[in-house]
Amino acid sequence: MITFMNNSDSEEEPCNERTSLMSAESPPVPSYQDGLQASEAGEAQAHRKRRAGSSRGPNNIAGGEMSGSGVPVRESALENEEEELTLKYGAKHVIMLFVPVTLCMIVVVATIKSVRFYTEKNGQLIYTPFSEDTPSVGQRLLNSVLNTIVMISVIIVMTVFLVLLYKYRCYKFIHGWLILSSLMLLFLFTYIYLGEVLKTYNVAMDYPTLFIVIWNFGAVGMICIHWKGPLQLQQAYLIMISALMALVFIKYLPEWSAWVILGAISIYDLMAVLCPKGPLRMLVETAQERNEPIFPALIYSSAMMWTVGMAKPDTAARGPSQQTWDAAEDGREHLRSPSHAESQMSETRSAVPTRPITSSEELEEEERGVKLGLGDFIFYSVLVGKAAATASGDWNTTLACFVAILIGLCLTLLLLAVFKKALPALPISITFGLIFYFSTDNLVRPFMDTLASHQLYI
Amino acid sequence: PAFSLFIFTIARDPLRIIILIAGAFFWLVSLLLSSLIWFIAVKASDPQDEQLQKGLLIFGVMFSVLLQEAFRFLYYKLLRKAIEGLVALSEDGCSPISIQQMAYVAGVGFGLMSGAFSMINLLADSLGPGTVGIHGDSQLYFLTSAFMTMVLIFLHTFWGILFFHGCEHRRWWEIAAVVIMHLTVSGLSFCNPLYVGSLVPSYLLMVAAAAWAYLLSGGSAQNLRRFLLCKC
Repeated sequence: MITFMNNSDSEEEPCNERTSLMSAESPPVPSYQDGLQASEAGEAQAHRKRRAGSSRGPNNIAGGEMSGSGVPVRESALENEEEELTLKYGAKHVIMLFVPVTLCMIVVVATIKSVRFYTEKNGQLIYTPFSEDTPSVGQRLLNSVLNTIVMISVIIVMTVFLVLLYKYRCYKFIHGWLILSSLMLLFLFTYIYLGEVLKTYNVAMDYPTLFIVIWNFGAVGMICIHWKGPLQLQQAYLIMISALMALVFIKYLPEWSAWVILGAISIYDLMAVLCPKGPLRMLVETAQERNEPIFPALIYSSAMMWTVGMAKPDTAARGPSQQTWDAAEDGREHLRSPSHAESQMSETRSAVPTRPITSSEELEEEERGVKLGLGDFIFYSVLVGKAAATASGDWNTTLACFVAILIGLCLTLLLLAVFKKALPALPISITFGLIFYFSTDNLVRPFMDTLASHQLYI
Repeated sequence: PAFSLFIFTIARDPLRIIILIAGAFFWLVSLLLSSLIWFIAVKASDPQDEQLQKGLLIFGVMFSVLLQEAFRFLYYKLLRKAIEGLVALSEDGCSPISIQQMAYVAGVGFGLMSGAFSMINLLADSLGPGTVGIHGDSQLYFLTSAFMTMVLIFLHTFWGILFFHGCEHRRWWEIAAVVIMHLTVSGLSFCNPLYVGSLVPSYLLMVAAAAWAYLLSGGSAQNLRRFLLCKC
């Protein structure tokens, strides 16, 4: 999901107080995440007029073509002077999302191209029980569709389960689950990955060194993601986690299933976020009622998060650790009323707990970020990685998919600006990516090959 | 060189990056459509006939060129509307990016994409083992491909500027000149592997286009002299 994060001075803003971000884990959760940010932004947007300004940003590019429909909306936006200030940063948000997505894709493609391990077929996940080694095309197609159904139903079940847990306030359980899965990701998958990379480049490594390296990597990752850490380190870890997850998917999903799953996931994403009966919608509404951040969950944020958090009195009260999560909730509810009165006098509020950081708060007034679910990262990378792995047109197809995904992301951000509520980030990009993959592989490749062999240029 | 152009001039401003990627996208779509046409034509025709295949290929190339220019025009239209939007949204009534900058970035976008598609498989193969031109083809294959690609990227950039300028001022002959130049360059590449025939005229055309674009962008010989003299 894509959502806007407004670092302005409202306490009800859940996004601001997020100091812990966790990594992507088992397959269900990422797609849950897709909808998560939808709800996230949904409620965030509801509380804020100001964000309309930042949401204008991505509108800049093709804003002209929306001029007809966008005019009435824009009039209201223009009335608020503060919003205009943030317009300049609109394109910056898009870039802030471009860069990590690009990085993730580059990591995945580089690994796929160099490390043999991830393109060998060594079995399948239990989520995809049907094999694709069948002789006939029809049978293979049927198997892949069945695989998809199994996978999607697993995802739906997990999502509903998570929503129920959230509804009944089993926060500790959710926390424990997320911690466990990120532990597994950070340690186990990294170990496998490192092992394969070292094997490929024929580098000798002894176990103690390996242990120390992985231990450091994992420990710092856990701290960074779940607790506090420098923003860029957090982002880097999230990107690495997404890349690892995507690599696992690429390896273990059989070919046709992968494509069908990608398509099905984007449809599911669309429905789960936009339909009123979807589990993600319920999650949003519940969180909105309780006025708290939906989840310390699997999202990537592009702007200063924890500095914002530190500048807010309620998050200061909340404390950095997760054990105070429950207490913090009450604390926040309690704090909201007094700080409401103070919100008029923004200076006093920021001055009270965090005198030395007031400058950063002024800074963050300008920095509005965009959030993207980690599941989106993962599936984009899966698409590009699959293209790199299986396309015979090699780099052309990969490049085409890459550009298609970026454009899809652009368009989604544009729509986000227009509709001002959280949107599923997957459908447009994945659709473009799929179209371009199949068309480039089958149509463009022979054309370019023939051209190249005659050395003709178009 | 094109990549360094990208880093120095475009990477700073996020708006330009978006325009660049969108430009690349438009080029890609045009390529897609033209290859679709070519593919259909090939499938519908006899695969054994060499001459026919060659002819179809030439037809495909020309058609692709025309499509590229058509998409450049479409992109121009889109950017025009975007500029209006930007002007309306900005606080002081003028757009943060001018149409000329957009023209430049769009040209670079087109060029980069076309260059990437032309070169990248070659580059990947060049990393592997093998000898160039082992079957009696030219040994300079890689080099000439590299130079040709570079000239094409630059040409796309300049054509972008010229094209947009022509559209802005409604000078149809400029647009026609761009199209004709593009056709010429592609046609010249048919002379390959007689490299003299294709590379040299292409470079000459590029220099001409560069000068023209420079003049259009408001430069002049004086500016150039001042720039060079200041430096040394």
